[in-house]
Amino acid sequence: MNKVQNNKAWWLILPMFALVAFSAIIPLMTVVNYSVQDIFDQNTAYFVGVEWYQEVLRNERLHDSLLRQFIFSFSILAIEIPLGILVALMMPKTAGWKTSLTLILLALPLLIPWNVVGTIWQVFARGDIGLFGWAMNALGFEYNYTANAIDAWLTVVLMDVWHWTPLVALLCYSGLRAIPDAYYQAAKIDRASRWAVFRYIQFPRLKAVLIIAVLLRFMDSFMIYTEPFVLTGGGPGNATTFLSQTLTQMAIGQFDLGPAAAFSLIYFLIVLLVSWLFFTSLSLTDKDQLKQGSASS
Amino acid sequence: MLNWMAWTLPTAIFFAAIAGILLTMTILEVYRPCRERKGFLPLTTTRGDRLFISLLTSAFIHLTMLGATDLSIWVAFAISIVAMTIILRWG
Amino acid sequence: MIKKRLGLLAYILFVLLPIYWLIIMSFKTNEEILGSLTLWPANFTFDNYITIFTDPSWYMGYVNSITYVALNMVITLLVALPAAYAFSRYKFIGDKHLFFWLLSNRMAPPAVFLLPFFQLYSSVGLFDTHLAVALAHCLFSIPLAVWILEGFMSGVPKEIDETAYIDGYSFGHFFIKIFIPMIRSGIGVTAFFSFMFSWVELLLARTLTSVDAKPISAIMTRTVSASGIDWGLLAAAGVLTIIPGVLVIWFVRNHVAKGFALGRV
Repeated sequence: MNKVQNNKAWWLILPMFALVAFSAIIPLMTVVNYSVQDIFDQNTAYFVGVEWYQEVLRNERLHDSLLRQFIFSFSILAIEIPLGILVALMMPKTAGWKTSLTLILLALPLLIPWNVVGTIWQVFARGDIGLFGWAMNALGFEYNYTANAIDAWLTVVLMDVWHWTPLVALLCYSGLRAIPDAYYQAAKIDRASRWAVFRYIQFPRLKAVLIIAVLLRFMDSFMIYTEPFVLTGGGPGNATTFLSQTLTQMAIGQFDLGPAAAFSLIYFLIVLLVSWLFFTSLSLTDKDQLKQGSASS
Repeated sequence: MLNWMAWTLPTAIFFAAIAGILLTMTILEVYRPCRERKGFLPLTTTRGDRLFISLLTSAFIHLTMLGATDLSIWVAFAISIVAMTIILRWG
Repeated sequence: MIKKRLGLLAYILFVLLPIYWLIIMSFKTNEEILGSLTLWPANFTFDNYITIFTDPSWYMGYVNSITYVALNMVITLLVALPAAYAFSRYKFIGDKHLFFWLLSNRMAPPAVFLLPFFQLYSSVGLFDTHLAVALAHCLFSIPLAVWILEGFMSGVPKEIDETAYIDGYSFGHFFIKIFIPMIRSGIGVTAFFSFMFSWVELLLARTLTSVDAKPISAIMTRTVSASGIDWGLLAAAGVLTIIPGVLVIWFVRNHVAKGFALGRV
C-alpha cells in the first residue's frame, strides 16, 4: 500500500507514546543511573564511574549464567522450530469443529500463568507423585530432577518445549493456511514429491512467520524466569540458574543494585542487537515478497 | 519525587546528549528530508538507521574495551566518535 | 494421512497429559496424592475447590487478576487503535524507529526493572492498585497490539477511507462507525493477545501489589507452609487459572489462525 507522508499522524501516536514512554523511559534512566553508582540505601550513593561494568564483564558467575542462557535459548529454538513446523504440517487443512478443537487444545499451554506452568511440571516430573517422573523411574532410568543436573536441564527444556511449541505451530499453521489451493494442485500435476512441495511451496511462505517465531521465542526465552524458578529454583547447584535469576538474586537478594543494573544493561544491548538483526531480515523478506507479488501479478 | 531516580551529573549529561541528538535529527528531517541510500553497509539505510547502527556499534566498542583492556574509557570514546562519523558519512 | 493423524494425536496427548495430571490431582485428597500413584481419584473430593470459593483471601485473587487484565485490555485497545491506524496509513518522521523502539520494550530484562517500577508507581501513588499492574503490563501488550492491528488494518483498502471522507464523514465518525467494524476480528485477536500476556505474567504483578490488588498467582504461594505443600489446594488453584484462558480462546477460535500470523499473511 502506498502510504502518504503526513507528520500529523504523530497526533494519533501520541497517547500510546506517552503511556509507553512513562513506563519504559523513566525506569530505563533509573537503571542507567544505578549502574554508575554504589548504592547503600535510598539516600546514600557514591559515584563509581564505569567500575561496575568492568567488574561484571570479568565476573565468572555472570559469564557462566550467560553461557547457560545461550545454550538454553539455542537448544529450545533447535527443538521448538522444527517441531512447530511439523505440527503445523500435520494440522487438518479444512475448517470444521475438529480443526477448532485442535487449535484450542494446542493453544492451551500458552494461556496458563507461568508459575502454574512451573507448578504443573514440578508435580508432573516428580518421582513420587508425578506421572512423568514415575514412568521414567519405572522404565529403569534413574531420573530425579531435584538432584541430578542433567535431569534438571532435561526437565526445564521439556517444559519449555511443552509451553511454547504451540506458539510456533500456530504461527506456522496460519502461514500455511495462506497458501492458495492452486499451488498444491499445480504440484500434484507436476507429480512433485512431498519434500519438493515443502521446499518450494510451503517453506517460502513460512519464512516471514518463522522469523517472527524465532524473534519472539528468542526474546522470551532470554528472559525466562518464573518457570525454572518454580520448577527447580535454579538448582541443583547453579545448573539451571539462568540470567534473569542471577540478576534477581543480585538486585533483590543481595541488593547489589549497581552491578545488577550494569549487567542488565549489557544484557539488554545483546538482546537489542540480536533482535535488530532478526527484525531487519524480517523487513527485508517482507520487501522481497512484495517484489515477487508485484512481479507475478 | 525525583530522589529515587538517583541522578548523577554524568548520566544527566549522557541523556541530555542523546535527547539533543534525537532533536537535531528530527529538525534536520523536517527541513532537509533524507533519502534511503546504499553505502558500505550491506543494506539500504536512512540517516536515522545509520544513527542507530552507529550508536549500537559504539556501545559495543565501549563494552569490548572495558572488558578486554584496562585503557581509559576516553580511548573507547574517541574510537567510537571516529566510528560514528565513518558510519554516518559513508555507511 | 493416517500417519499425520497419529502424529498430531501423539502431540496433543503430550500437551494434555500434564494438564490432566493437574486436574485429577485437584480432586484428590492430600493423603491420596502423597500415598499412591493413581490415574483416577479414588476418593473424588471437591474440598479443595470449596476452600477456594469460600475464602475471600483466595477468591479475591481471581477478582484482582481479572480486574487488572480487563483494565489492561481496555487501555491497550484504546491507545493502540489510533496508533496502529497511523502506522498503517501514513509515513511520518521516525516511524520505523518508533516501531522498533516499541518492540524493544519487550526485550528489557524484567528482573532489574522491578525496583524502578516499584518506586515509579509508588511515587505517583499507584502502588497496590489494579491500575498500576495494568499500566505496567501495557509496556508488553501495546507493542504486540500495534503490530497485530497494523497488519489487519493494512488489509483494508485505503479507498474506503477516501470514500468516507468524500461522503463527509469526520475522522472520528468514520473510525468508529465504519473502520472499527471492518477489523472486528483483528480487535478480537488483539484483545486475546493482551489477555494472554497480562494473565500469565507474575513477576511485575507481584511486585506492584501487596494486599488490595494481589493477583491469584501470588496468592498460590501460600499453599507452601511449614508442614509441607498443600498439593491438592495448589492444583485446584492452578486449574482455576486455566479456565479463563479456555473461555477466551473459545471466543476467538475462528480468528486464531489469522491472528497468530499477526494479520500478516
